[in-house]
Amino acid sequence: MKKIVYRAVDGRSLSYWALLGAFGLLIALGAGSFFYMEHAGHWVTGMDNQVVWGTPHVFAIFLIVAASGALNIASISSVFNRKLYKPMSRLSGLLSIALLLGGLGVLVLDLGRPERLIVAMTNYNFKSIFAWNIILYNGFLVLVLAYLVTMMQNGLGGLTKTAGTAAFIWRLALTTGTGSIFGFLVARQGYDAAVMAPMFVIMSFAFGLAIFLLVLLVAYRGSERPLGNVVLFRLKNLLGVFIAAVLYFVLVQHLTNLYATEHHGIEAFILRDGGLYTFLFWVVQVGLGSILPMVLLFHPTLGKDLRMIVTAAVLTIIGGFAQLYVLLIGGQAFPLVMFPGKEVSSSFYDGVVSAYSPSLPEILLGLGGIGIAMALVTLAVRVLHILPESLADEVADPHAA
Amino acid sequence: MNFPAGFTANPETVEVDTSRRRFVTGAAGAMVSLSTGVMLMNMSSANAATAATGADARKRWGLLIDTNKCADGCTDCVSACQDENGWGTGSTDEANSRDEQKAQWIRKVTVKDKQSGHSMELPMMCQHCENPPCVDVCPTNASMKRPDGIVQVDKHRCIGCRYCMMACPYKARSFVHEALHDQRAHAPRGKGTVESCNLCAHRVDRGQVPACVERCTKENHNAMLFGDLNDPNSAISVAMKQHGGTEIRADLGLNLGVRYQGI
Repeated sequence: MKKIVYRAVDGRSLSYWALLGAFGLLIALGAGSFFYMEHAGHWVTGMDNQVVWGTPHVFAIFLIVAASGALNIASISSVFNRKLYKPMSRLSGLLSIALLLGGLGVLVLDLGRPERLIVAMTNYNFKSIFAWNIILYNGFLVLVLAYLVTMMQNGLGGLTKTAGTAAFIWRLALTTGTGSIFGFLVARQGYDAAVMAPMFVIMSFAFGLAIFLLVLLVAYRGSERPLGNVVLFRLKNLLGVFIAAVLYFVLVQHLTNLYATEHHGIEAFILRDGGLYTFLFWVVQVGLGSILPMVLLFHPTLGKDLRMIVTAAVLTIIGGFAQLYVLLIGGQAFPLVMFPGKEVSSSFYDGVVSAYSPSLPEILLGLGGIGIAMALVTLAVRVLHILPESLADEVADPHAA
Repeated sequence: MNFPAGFTANPETVEVDTSRRRFVTGAAGAMVSLSTGVMLMNMSSANAATAATGADARKRWGLLIDTNKCADGCTDCVSACQDENGWGTGSTDEANSRDEQKAQWIRKVTVKDKQSGHSMELPMMCQHCENPPCVDVCPTNASMKRPDGIVQVDKHRCIGCRYCMMACPYKARSFVHEALHDQRAHAPRGKGTVESCNLCAHRVDRGQVPACVERCTKENHNAMLFGDLNDPNSAISVAMKQHGGTEIRADLGLNLGVRYQGI
């Protein structure tokens, strides 16, 4: 195996600046939305006292979940000793930090009182899963940063496995914590399920890898560096397996609910009567977001076509957004069951399905999070030695001729 | 059913903790007697004194609601709360918010049995759980339970994450979606924070009953009874011992401070 040479991208091309400009624009639009929402109050959004978490939370949770998944490539190398993945470890660590910062940015800027963030840092309720997550997110940032340093600093290579293992265990805890935000909520029919925690872990594998694949392709195409099929096909096969695993967890989640009469209401809502949510579930999440990408990735000829691999990764991301939208917003739109078996009505919308439509500021705030994450990656690959000069087959694959 | 005698007595006389009142008055008197030069220090020590005595941990305030006496279409308790705490019709605020965004601390819920068609109404508000999910999930301890069982939000500490609203099984909480100006001094509200019924803690601390109970009694509906659940001789405990008091979603095991009869 050839020695891997890492080199910063040139970053003088028009396309580099265009990319950075586009992400900068997303950040500016997100910042504008934040100031607008913060100044006016949340009445300018689609959120209300029925659907209290809206589109910003879909973006934030998607990015946070994807962040821990993006670290997988590094973990496979450091923890499970797969040499093929080693050259991509730095990008994997960088992407996970960037996605987490983007997601946290959205989450924090949607708070009713974002200026009081210091309160959240100084007053911990140790029974709150949110408070656990504050510790988990900060710890993740510190650990992955340390992990990156061991990878990039001469003489610290001996610590990489230790740091990588710690980061791997931490990321599992982090996504368990994110899933538990919903899994531990007894009040709502759509949540309150232990399967949420492992499902979020496996969702992170798929979403994180799909983003990693796209970032890798754009970086190598953009910087005109060779990226061989060995790496590409290994990643796309892995993505296919992860998508299948997510689908399995979704199946278990709904089968469990379908067996218990108590949950027939929410299941009928999501699977049959929910309008937009039903459409998003069957068509976008399951059809376009899971089955179609699996077909594309595992097909003997289509699966070797770069355009199809890109399409599959994009579809996985769209399906992931749909899944979180159905879970988060659908779970709130379905009314609370306060009196099982009875019909309820009130001035506060008890017993009725809540209408929610995302407002522009919410969408722009969410896109701003993506802008933060991608701008960070774009800047970092220019100033740090993140990307190997080549991921051609003879470099990446120890068994290549 | 009928509540036992004494329930409809002047609400002002219900279970007043006079020793606590005397202590607070004494503390305030001591404070005033000191020079104005150390006023700030005095205020903080007075706050410390209030915090030290605080709500009486020996008590657990609760409500008993007789749905048989709760008339269809009557919203006296709701308007009393609005007037007292300055929300809904009790305030000129929240003009920009959509109806779905406006706060509701208490509401009338109509419950209809699908099989028999039997229908009833009841007031729904914070149920003041002994084990409140909102307090469990709040990252900053803003959502808190007083020693006397009253659950409320510390609006200085609330960061507006709305996790408590996700966790509450009774949809008792509201988020304030815009800046407010028309407020009551004793019931501060704030843009970007969460709020809910706090059993009129400011009144309870003065030895009065919550505004909803007072109005319900004054209008002769007598459907709401307020008192100390820990005192076996209080009117509410006697009534519950005699005729029971059902919890909504008792399966969650939250041990509610608000109980219902006739459901």
